[in-house]
Amino acid sequence: MENALKRIWPAVPVILALFSTTLLIMAFGSNPILTYGAFIEGAFGTEDSVLNTLAFWIPLLLCATGLLVTFTAGLWNIGVEGQLVMGAIGASWVAIAVAGPNPSIPAWIIIPLEILAAMAAGALWAALCAVLKTRGGIHEIFGGVALNNLAVIFTNYLISNPWQPPRGGSFTKTERFLDTALIPVVGTSRFSVLSLVLVIVALVLIGLALRGSSWGLRLKAMGKNLKAAFIQGVPSEREAITGMMVAGALAGLAGAVRVLSWYDSLRQSIGGGIGFLAVLIVLLAGTQPILTAFIALVFSALLNGGTTVQLRTQLHSALSGVIQGALVLFVLLFGDYNQVFRKKSETTPVETAHE
Amino acid sequence: MHVELRDIHKHFGPLRANDGISLTFEPGHIYGILGENGAGKSTLMKILSGYQAPTSGQILLNQQPANFASPSDALRRGVGMLYQDPLDFPPMRVIENYQLAYDNKIMLPLRQREEDLIAFGKRFGFTLDTRAYVDTMTMGERQQMELLRLLALGAELLILDEPTTGISAEQKTALFDAMRRLAQEEQKTIILVSHKLEEVQELCDEVSVLRKGKWVGSHPIPCPTAEMVRLMFGEELPRAERVSCRVEKTVLKLDKMAVHTYHLNIDNISLDIHEGEVLGLAGLEGSGQQLLIKGCAGLLPLYRGRVMLDDSPVEGQRSPFFWLPGLSGIVFSGGFAAMIVRLLLGQITGIAAAGELTLAALLAGAIWLVGTIIISWTSQSTYHAFQQRGGAYVPAERLEEALIPGLSLTEHMALATSGKSMLVNWKDAQDEIARRIQQFNIKGQPQTLVDKLSGGNQQRAMLALMKSPLRLLLLEHPTRGLDVTSANWMWELFQERLKEGTAIIFVSADLDELLERSDRIAVFSGGVMSRMVNTTDTTVDELGHMIGGGES
Repeated sequence: MENALKRIWPAVPVILALFSTTLLIMAFGSNPILTYGAFIEGAFGTEDSVLNTLAFWIPLLLCATGLLVTFTAGLWNIGVEGQLVMGAIGASWVAIAVAGPNPSIPAWIIIPLEILAAMAAGALWAALCAVLKTRGGIHEIFGGVALNNLAVIFTNYLISNPWQPPRGGSFTKTERFLDTALIPVVGTSRFSVLSLVLVIVALVLIGLALRGSSWGLRLKAMGKNLKAAFIQGVPSEREAITGMMVAGALAGLAGAVRVLSWYDSLRQSIGGGIGFLAVLIVLLAGTQPILTAFIALVFSALLNGGTTVQLRTQLHSALSGVIQGALVLFVLLFGDYNQVFRKKSETTPVETAHE
Repeated sequence: MHVELRDIHKHFGPLRANDGISLTFEPGHIYGILGENGAGKSTLMKILSGYQAPTSGQILLNQQPANFASPSDALRRGVGMLYQDPLDFPPMRVIENYQLAYDNKIMLPLRQREEDLIAFGKRFGFTLDTRAYVDTMTMGERQQMELLRLLALGAELLILDEPTTGISAEQKTALFDAMRRLAQEEQKTIILVSHKLEEVQELCDEVSVLRKGKWVGSHPIPCPTAEMVRLMFGEELPRAERVSCRVEKTVLKLDKMAVHTYHLNIDNISLDIHEGEVLGLAGLEGSGQQLLIKGCAGLLPLYRGRVMLDDSPVEGQRSPFFWLPGLSGIVFSGGFAAMIVRLLLGQITGIAAAGELTLAALLAGAIWLVGTIIISWTSQSTYHAFQQRGGAYVPAERLEEALIPGLSLTEHMALATSGKSMLVNWKDAQDEIARRIQQFNIKGQPQTLVDKLSGGNQQRAMLALMKSPLRLLLLEHPTRGLDVTSANWMWELFQERLKEGTAIIFVSADLDELLERSDRIAVFSGGVMSRMVNTTDTTVDELGHMIGGGES
């Protein structure tokens, strides 16, 4: 009986979250069934909406995959949003400075270059956060938040100064990149097959590395007890920097996907909160790769369905964010079966007899 | 206030922190409570000050039984405790902290209280700047403030927990003078908790000694130091005959080693350890033994001197790119100089100069970042070099510093052996740990998480994870918290290593263990290491005398 309850327990917070959002929808005088229907239709109703849900899912999952690495190592890489933005800037630099003046260079040279530049930029931005931690004693959360802001400020500087469109610029984006610099998309959607392949490769590689490689084991040891991991022979500074750089490279790749296929130019809103959303996803999924991919898909569907909800009902599309928030809160509150049903007697006093 | 403790017991699971302690404290006297770390002094004082309730037993204040609900409840009834770390509010001023002692109404009579506090302090020879912020004050000043607060609240019994840690000599004198006056002129009852023998000698009228949770004796002061040590560490037991494995080949050589830390320094330590030899380090906790161990392992930097393992110094690998971050400074200075020159020559405007300087700074920052990354990839810490050379270090706190909670025994094995290989060979790791679980008699399975093992089994697991052959084994309190059988079993395992030629240095608070297991013993006292004594020519008495600070 108890085991069965334990098995189905993960569904409980989800049901609670849906229940509370349903109450909220009814409180605003809308029909919940219609509303949820609109979500599904908006996310999966037409071929284009399915492709766009996937297109949003790809950078989100890339960021979340990188976070699997840092969360395993016990590093709170909140700076993933900034790493994504720096990746987008890196890709844009290749598109503007290399592809722009040389339209004859074919796409099969330009696109790998853009992707490499994006990953390098993201990795270096993450490395800065890691080095500030290991050498400067600045916690990665604070370093990450500061670097997020700097990355956004840098974007604004670029689109309003050196990369400003020559005429009639509105200071919100650069000019559209050349076709040779953009990742080919399917039809009128923003979905590209190349990005899908890249994200699947990344997720599989990271999943396997965390499970079966010495590197993954060292990261896990650091995440559980940094001091003891060092005593057991783990070079913790090196692994912290490397782990952050891997996460940063994947976030940078996500930035390239954003700038080269979701949009066609560098914009103020290039990050779009994807990094922060990825943190929530990994909080929900723990460190399970498959679950991460699934939750990222659900979040992407919620966001893409939001517009349709706004059209069909009187509700604002921000309802997507409300559902996501409710999910995260309920999972964090009630998600751990053992914690919810822990008996009082098991909580032994932590006091010790040592002074 | 007359205070009596009757048959106090405090159990934490199977651990008996206090085991039937009865003590009486009379007004107008100063009492010392002595004992090694873990002897139960702090637990007893926490019970007396209402911080925690006893498992059983009674506290009597002026013959009336008392049950404290909280420390503030105890304080209302006249029991005040001065904690080792003062319980004050560092971001606030002295006077504001002092105000908190009173049951304040809406208005704070600030000026009045300030005058009170100054007058009050003068009585005990404390001069406090009432407007100073607490976080700018020394530990001694914070202690004085806390003491005045307790007295203002009407404390009749004052408990001082290791009050001289981190305060200056003058502050200590002022504190002790104040204590004497409080006892003699105001008939307060005072308890000094300490493991420093000379302080107890200096201040107290009577000393009570605790060992392993039990009261082992009380003695009026003056009391011979050797007697106090005998009470703290126990009687000399008949020593079992021990076969030494010592071979005339040096494993470790310390050459004028010095380790400096914020709290304590050790200086000018030279010694040789041979194959199969056991060196025991004695001394009160925190007298410098840990610094020696950590300095040897490379966990603390050497201030001076050398540590030689098998005739070559233990050093981490410096990155061949160590100069890269320095290059960033050169780049920036170069950029800065070029900008100044061009500005003076009138080649560029001020705005352009600022732009160039920004670029130089960005470039320098980028070089520094890349350099730091490369260095982290190409260097090795001293401790890891020590490990690679066949050294091992076993800290006292197993689950905090040595084992990784949440990881299984197999995962620990894989971590210890994976080395440079990319993929973990889970099957090999599991087979190997299964074999060692048998060999070391660990009560657990390969997939058992280490935090689910008992203390003795965790200790064995740590030894099981060590590689073979080992050159040097550094141990901190290897048998603390283990029962006699487990402790003997540990030493049998160490004996196996000794036969293979491993040298052992261990820290212990148990004089019997030191005498029984070591070839030689060195005693630390306040950061100074005594000459080394051969175990065969020394006694508990002699060691006790040296621990107390006397050179023999």
